Amino acid sequence: MTEFPGATGLVLNESLLWEKGRRGRCGFSLPRRDVERRPAPEALTGAGPDFPDLSEVDVVRHYIRLSTWNFSVDTGMYPLGSCTMKYNPKTNERQAGHPGLAGAHPLLPADLCQGALELMAALECLLAEITGLDAVTLQPGAGAHGELAGMLIFHAYHRHQGRARSKIIVPDTAHGTNPASAALCGYTSVGIASNADGILSPEAVAAVMDDQTSGIMLTNPNTLGLFEENIKAIAAIVHAKGGLVYCDGANMNAVLGMAHMGNMGVDVLHLNLHKTFSTPHGGGGPGAGPVCVAKHLEPFLPVPRVRLADNRYVLSEDFPLSIGKLQAFWGNMANLVRAYSYILTLGAEDLKQVSQLAVLNARYIKERLKGTYHLPYDRPCMHECVFSDSLQQAHKVTTLDIAKRLMDYGFHPPTIYFPLVVPGAIMIEPTETESKEDLDLFIESMKAIAVEARETPDRLHQAPTRAKRRRLDETAAARKPCLTG
Amino acid sequence: MRYLPHTPEDIAEMLDAVGVESLDGLFASIPADCRRSAPMVLPHPLTEWELNAHIDRLAGRMAIGPAYKVFIGAGSYEHFIPASVGFLTSRSEFVTAYTPYQPEISQGTLQAIFEYQTLAARLLGMEVANASMYDGASALAEALLMAARITRRSKVAVSRAIHPLYRRVVDTYLKPTGLEVREIPFGLNGTTDLGALDDPAELAAVAVQSPNFFGCIEDVGAVSGRAHAAGGLCVAAFSEPLAFGLFKNPGSQGADIACGEGQSLGIPRSFGGPGLGMFASRMQYVRNMPGRLVGETKDKEGRRGFVLTLSTREQHIRREKATSNICTNNSLCALTAAVYMASLGGSGLRELARLNFDKAEHLKSRLRAAGISLPFGAATFNEFVAAFPDGFDATYRRLIAKGIVAGLPLESYYPELKNHYLLCVTETMGKDDLDALAKEVTS
Repeated sequence: MTEFPGATGLVLNESLLWEKGRRGRCGFSLPRRDVERRPAPEALTGAGPDFPDLSEVDVVRHYIRLSTWNFSVDTGMYPLGSCTMKYNPKTNERQAGHPGLAGAHPLLPADLCQGALELMAALECLLAEITGLDAVTLQPGAGAHGELAGMLIFHAYHRHQGRARSKIIVPDTAHGTNPASAALCGYTSVGIASNADGILSPEAVAAVMDDQTSGIMLTNPNTLGLFEENIKAIAAIVHAKGGLVYCDGANMNAVLGMAHMGNMGVDVLHLNLHKTFSTPHGGGGPGAGPVCVAKHLEPFLPVPRVRLADNRYVLSEDFPLSIGKLQAFWGNMANLVRAYSYILTLGAEDLKQVSQLAVLNARYIKERLKGTYHLPYDRPCMHECVFSDSLQQAHKVTTLDIAKRLMDYGFHPPTIYFPLVVPGAIMIEPTETESKEDLDLFIESMKAIAVEARETPDRLHQAPTRAKRRRLDETAAARKPCLTG
Repeated sequence: MRYLPHTPEDIAEMLDAVGVESLDGLFASIPADCRRSAPMVLPHPLTEWELNAHIDRLAGRMAIGPAYKVFIGAGSYEHFIPASVGFLTSRSEFVTAYTPYQPEISQGTLQAIFEYQTLAARLLGMEVANASMYDGASALAEALLMAARITRRSKVAVSRAIHPLYRRVVDTYLKPTGLEVREIPFGLNGTTDLGALDDPAELAAVAVQSPNFFGCIEDVGAVSGRAHAAGGLCVAAFSEPLAFGLFKNPGSQGADIACGEGQSLGIPRSFGGPGLGMFASRMQYVRNMPGRLVGETKDKEGRRGFVLTLSTREQHIRREKATSNICTNNSLCALTAAVYMASLGGSGLRELARLNFDKAEHLKSRLRAAGISLPFGAATFNEFVAAFPDGFDATYRRLIAKGIVAGLPLESYYPELKNHYLLCVTETMGKDDLDALAKEVTS
């Protein structure tokens, strides 16, 4: 009998912070007072916040208990499609936490921060080489921030050409952030549908591309895990009408060392360092979303840019066509250090192997689960595969039930109900850091759940039963929002 | 490679199962003309120990304490961070989890963020705070976009005493939207000159920062009075939230949106990022807010639990009609700030704020005694502007050689403030450091 990872154990309850504590406790070693008290202007001072007073032990137990209610990559397999939940190496934490970097002020004079500037310059070169594009900004703080940077570059480019444009083409397989980012630049999204093979056809793009359209925003490989095989022809159509090609690089983990974004005709690409380059997701950030561009768009990159002059790195503002600044400072440096450490640790051959094994793992799951679950696009997938619940619906079991039941088996569910082109989508991205044994256990769990769906569907409707909480009432949460305690 | 678990036998078995002969064969769907023509050229891979040495070398070329005394704040502050904060926030269960879309197995993150929202709202005196934004500057830009959505007006007024780098981010965000940004000058005492604000009737928002970029405490109550009288919103920005341990918070002075940088609350400076964009507003505007929100609810058995909520505002549901394109935020930094605020508690936060104020006042009095001009008369928290005599730049360089960075020169941000420096003093500076600085700048 297979032993699945899911189990129950002793998990402790824990109240809210302000339900604990006693007035007069403090969990902080207050620094010695070596100056006298000075009068503060009374008209301007307030009472200070109503925070609970807790001891260090109160605080430590509180958060340790909370932490045990979370599932994480370090706990087990987390095959969230489109999120690339790979292992986050621990040495990267040591490097990012180095006091010389973690303790550095961002506005130090250039001569006092050469180490950080050298690292940024080197990372820009590495990312340019990996993507096959020419110039890089490290400033955006997340993938969506990178998308915004990209759309601002589109906007600035067309204005510089003397003609602002009003529309942007966004395929139905796009991430939801894509149209939202474009809207921030005033662009109207023009949706186009993928073809029967799940990819874009040049004809669909040609039908809508005109001289009012700033370009196209696509993801390659796309959110069905399929490579957009017509991208070169699509780029040619867009370029012929004076438009630009934006590639959402969220799925870069599939094509490291294989694909060349410049050869594909991509003008702008954002990377998610928290996906492809192993920086942790942190329960929802911080990430980092560097943007890589082809040579002709370099003048539009955000400022300041790191430059080497007389053997000395400086932050230069001297780029008059720049879109400006996206964050107060230079980017999420701690994540830049982690990604830099990851690339230096792997090198060219192992980075290529990352993508080979990420694709192998996804393809293996696709082949082994095909038939057990409906596979709407049975084509060779890249780093992720998308199933649906259509075989289980006969038993009144949905994707949501399958996802919740997976928790009881000890796995984080895949991404569900996305991409929108597949109703009831189950989007699985195992990543390269899962071993064959763990994939086999996952596959076996999914097959066992399919059997349960037929034989004991209520077990799925009731799931999860082994987590800290049963299903939560999200409707009530939204109807009467309680957002503070 | 230690992160890749596959043995050659595993690979062979898996290739066999998928019916492909080689790893390269998995990529048959990539057309030849989309491929690389040559392998990537990257540095030879480093062992863990070589990587340590490499980063040690780079980090060794940075000016940090205790070798350097850096009297710069300007949106990034040195504060003591208890070991317990770093210990707790490096728990894998927090660090390596995704956005809590599956609440049953993410209650740790969800409760922690709900608690963060509550502490942030209490600190700022606001009714609701979101789960965080990228940084203080982008939070301000989003606040102005939100004010424009609420009021359906297309002009905003922004004080020139707001952090200059924040204002540049605002320009970047607002430029393609067609919203017009008007600047309000600052007066002789270093605070915003509201008298110079004309035509407030057209404004979606009036934005100030307090403490402002010069460290001066603004009269946010007067700003909200002016904004409200003209039907606009008051946006109160900040870069040093520790100040609200001592000074009045934005909510108590009528601010509609409070937004700013939370790095000060236990987050390392890390050469500028990641920081913590704090964002709070009145409850009546919650459906116009950008960013994630965590709300309380019950599970199937009636037990208290937490979920992401009001997501109909967000990009993954609303797509181009979303209130913002933001999806991930700086959740782990919000957790860090919550652990830090919980560790300090109400009493600790007040005393720590007091100490920052007193130390800055100590340096101010020492500089005044040494004949240095402090041109702005308004009250300050832990930062202030000093006007040094002509030729001070040589002294500044000499002090760097002695390991002292005597503030931030302001001339590149405000050409009229030649020889003016922004000095910051937190609890990390001892009285000896302050006295030494006062002595050195005049010798």
